[in-house]
Amino acid sequence: MVSSVLQALPVGILPEPLLRAESTGGKFLLMAFAVLLFAAIFGLVLFLASLFKGREGEKVQGFLFALPAIFLLAVGLLYPAILTIIQSLRGRSGEAGFTLDNYVQMFTQPELLTVLRNTALWVVLVPFLATAIGLLYAILIDRARGEAFAKALIFLPMAISMVGAGIIWKFVYQYKQTERPQIGLLNGVLKALGFETQQFLLDAPVNTLMLIIVMVWIQAGFAMTVLSAAIKAIPDDIIEAARLDGVSGFRMFRFITLPSIRSALVVVLTTIGIGTLKVFDIVRTMTAGQFDTSVVANEFYNQSFRYNAPGLGAALAVLLFILVVPIVTYNIVQMRKEA
Amino acid sequence: MALISTRRALAFSGVLAVALSATACGSGDSGGSGDTASSGGTSSIDCAPYTAFGDLKGKTVSVYTSITAPEDGPHIASYKPFEECTGVTIKYEGSKEFEAQLPVRVKGGNAPDIAYLPQPGLLQTMVATGAVKPAPAEVTANVDKNMPDFKEYGTVDGTFYAAALGANVKSFVWYSPSAFADKGYQIPTTWDELLALTDKIAKDNPDAKPWCAGIESGDATGWPATDWVEDVMLRTAGAETYDKWVKHEIPFNDPSVATALAEVGKILKNPAYVNGGFGDVKTIASTSFQDAGQPILDGSCYMHRQASFYAANWPEGTKVAEDGDVWAFYLPSKTAEDRPVLGGGEFVAAFADRPEVKAFQTYLSSVEWANERAKTCGSGGCVTANKNADASLLKNPVDKLSAEQLTDANATFRFDGSDLMPGAVGAGTFWKGMTDWITGKDDASTLDYIEQSWPKS
Repeated sequence: MVSSVLQALPVGILPEPLLRAESTGGKFLLMAFAVLLFAAIFGLVLFLASLFKGREGEKVQGFLFALPAIFLLAVGLLYPAILTIIQSLRGRSGEAGFTLDNYVQMFTQPELLTVLRNTALWVVLVPFLATAIGLLYAILIDRARGEAFAKALIFLPMAISMVGAGIIWKFVYQYKQTERPQIGLLNGVLKALGFETQQFLLDAPVNTLMLIIVMVWIQAGFAMTVLSAAIKAIPDDIIEAARLDGVSGFRMFRFITLPSIRSALVVVLTTIGIGTLKVFDIVRTMTAGQFDTSVVANEFYNQSFRYNAPGLGAALAVLLFILVVPIVTYNIVQMRKEA
Repeated sequence: MALISTRRALAFSGVLAVALSATACGSGDSGGSGDTASSGGTSSIDCAPYTAFGDLKGKTVSVYTSITAPEDGPHIASYKPFEECTGVTIKYEGSKEFEAQLPVRVKGGNAPDIAYLPQPGLLQTMVATGAVKPAPAEVTANVDKNMPDFKEYGTVDGTFYAAALGANVKSFVWYSPSAFADKGYQIPTTWDELLALTDKIAKDNPDAKPWCAGIESGDATGWPATDWVEDVMLRTAGAETYDKWVKHEIPFNDPSVATALAEVGKILKNPAYVNGGFGDVKTIASTSFQDAGQPILDGSCYMHRQASFYAANWPEGTKVAEDGDVWAFYLPSKTAEDRPVLGGGEFVAAFADRPEVKAFQTYLSSVEWANERAKTCGSGGCVTANKNADASLLKNPVDKLSAEQLTDANATFRFDGSDLMPGAVGAGTFWKGMTDWITGKDDASTLDYIEQSWPKS
């Protein structure tokens, strides 16, 4: 990581052995250099900050402390984002002059429209399903016996990487002819019950739903944990008061629990929503975007790196960015309201 | 991710081991002391051609390829004589993500010294970035002498860049000699005989299908189906039309292509002919190409069209030979005399022109390397594009068969068409289009879809 950052710097700032650290000694030298550089910058910021005193000085201090972060954001986020936007406007392979071709193609070519349809399916289904399941589970196990164990069970998938989950579920969905021994769990069950085995990952749009299940499986644990904590944080006296008023069951949930955990719900929904927009690993491991299961992030990778169409890839990346912005904005606005 | 990095680490330690042993051996034996081929150990080469590049001791050449374990071992071993003779260390790195990662590395200013490109289309893309160095004069001379047929595939806009390395033959049908003998089936010599045999097998064997097929290959799903179309295109339309098709001088949805696709459909889309051991026609799309041919061994199917390199995919203990468990015959053409051969190979592109890199390029294009490759060969797939290599050194029967096909004077060799087409088509819509075709899309809309994706400029 450090070495790639250093290599991005103009050659000549650093001595040759540091740029091409191939031996173990060289790598340690590079590491030591990076740590020293970090310490030096930190020292410099602290030193400069110490020069300013008083009320006005504090503002300058705050700016100085934010400076390294602002610089890194500019170099690592803002600059590439601007480059990506420019590239998306310069034709398929990024060489033409100004053109909107990539965006036109994105919304007209049937294959890319399928990609957009799939992404829409993901974004609509995953956050709501995962949150609903998480919420239901959190309410059901709240103060039940063996709560910790039940929580651990549903939280475990969170600990598995997306790629790992994809591989596990690929085996679950594995297809073999009905007469043959089954290695896929789901088809094994189907066969045992006397049904024909099915190719779950082949027919659109069912295959996309099958992939969505994997994401829900991963995210429900996250939703459950956060929502369970929020439910526990509802003051006992409110519940007590509601009970005295004769509220119970669904009405209790609708009028007491739900309003009390509203902010947690928003956080969960938006966080899962953003994660879902960026979904890539699951699709790539399980179907590689074949059979009409591709989503924007996967198609962005394909176009940029495999089809030699970085312009179109950049346009897809920009679209992803545009889609994430409102969710993030909503999240921030909500958090401000709470604060 | 963890899996990949361990694999990298393994490959790296392999390289390290080779490098260590190379330095340990030193350069003691300089005279060619009649090393026999059977030893499989190191043999020495004539160092004279490389002294012209100056003193190369202690220099390093990095090689980036798509050839990963276990096939990388024999490759690394074949560099040993060169390393001993020049003192150059070859740093080998194989990656399954090669095609996607190479452009990233080149753009990021982190290009390897040498890359083995499996697709001439990728070579064109890389040349367009301006990072590829033209082949040195020594390599050009070697190629003119040893592999003239492959020269045009390494040439972009009149400049010769990349010499061919390995070669493979794709026009093969795998079958079980004993099953054919039991049922009294003859190896077909014409396309019509092949169709007739297919029909006969389907009628004779209610429990089995004549063909097995599978095109699943992860990210690259669909390529085995493009090979089918290319092979049949060569047979129904002829080599000249094939060349026009590959260069887009005729559109992708030309009637000649439609004819070829329909001919492929006669086999791959006929539920009575496929897909032995896996299920209906659609299972072709979800069966990995490695698994696809396996049911030949249990009699669920009789034939599997796949390249020579499929030899490495049979389970351990399977005898791959004319009198063994499995063997391959030439995918017949219209007449028995007409012998188009579809094949593929890798090309050595250099992103640096330091003397040691040039010397290594020269070594890879030499007869010495081709022979060394044959001697250190592992489980097959050791045929090189080099015509002057000693074919008797090849131990693997499939390699021998492939070498015969490649050097046959009557054969018309053509390179894999999808590998020659622009990446957007050859590694994109052609693969995807064929996958959709298998899962139900009709011929015409499949061809239209691929045609519209051909880059305009």
